[in-house]
Amino acid sequence: MKVNILAFGIAKDIFGGSAIDVELVNDATVFNLKYLLEKQYPQLKKLATYMVAVNNEYALDGDTVHERDEVAIIPPVSGG
Amino acid sequence: MAMDKQIKLSVSTLNVMNCVDWVMSPECGGIDVFIGTVRNVTKGKTVVRLEFEAYEKMAVSELEKIADQASTQWPVQKILIHHRTGVLQIGEIPVIIAVAAAHRDAAFEACRYIIDTLKQTVPIWKKEIFEDGEIWVAAHP
Repeated sequence: MKVNILAFGIAKDIFGGSAIDVELVNDATVFNLKYLLEKQYPQLKKLATYMVAVNNEYALDGDTVHERDEVAIIPPVSGG
Repeated sequence: MAMDKQIKLSVSTLNVMNCVDWVMSPECGGIDVFIGTVRNVTKGKTVVRLEFEAYEKMAVSELEKIADQASTQWPVQKILIHHRTGVLQIGEIPVIIAVAAAHRDAAFEACRYIIDTLKQTVPIWKKEIFEDGEIWVAAHP
């Protein structure tokens, strides 16, 4: 399945755009997604940390990603 | 206790008095306001301006969660959180938090909790622009 991944902050610089498409197996987990992205974009591993949000909620590594989910990469936040 | 909240992201200048007016209410004996301002220096380097980017839908929902958590921990009546996005010059205001409560302890503590938690969980990013470069704050260890 193809999943659209939104990027913000430094993740936008790393991906070279505000969204990318990735090909994932059905029932892929957040962990699978991070593994794939880190292989394609090794600079992600240099970040202090980053999270994945699924449908506007922080997701855990074991959570499943579905085809129509809104998925976003959340690098370290720095609001305020 | 019922709590009123107003959460807003804005591309235009934040207005402190409007925020204070919104939280003002006859049942409240005190209002605590936190105003973030853009500082002209970071670790000895001159900052020219800041740029804020938000994942807007999620930022608003995370801010709402924080306001709700604050109101379950402290007896507060009104919570307002306004956050800027876009380009900010030195001295401008990226964030205003205003909390009204019957008594000051609750207002102070809730306000502190809200700004501290905002900085940890709300998907908003700040880029510092220096004379000779720029960095996304907190991105790297």
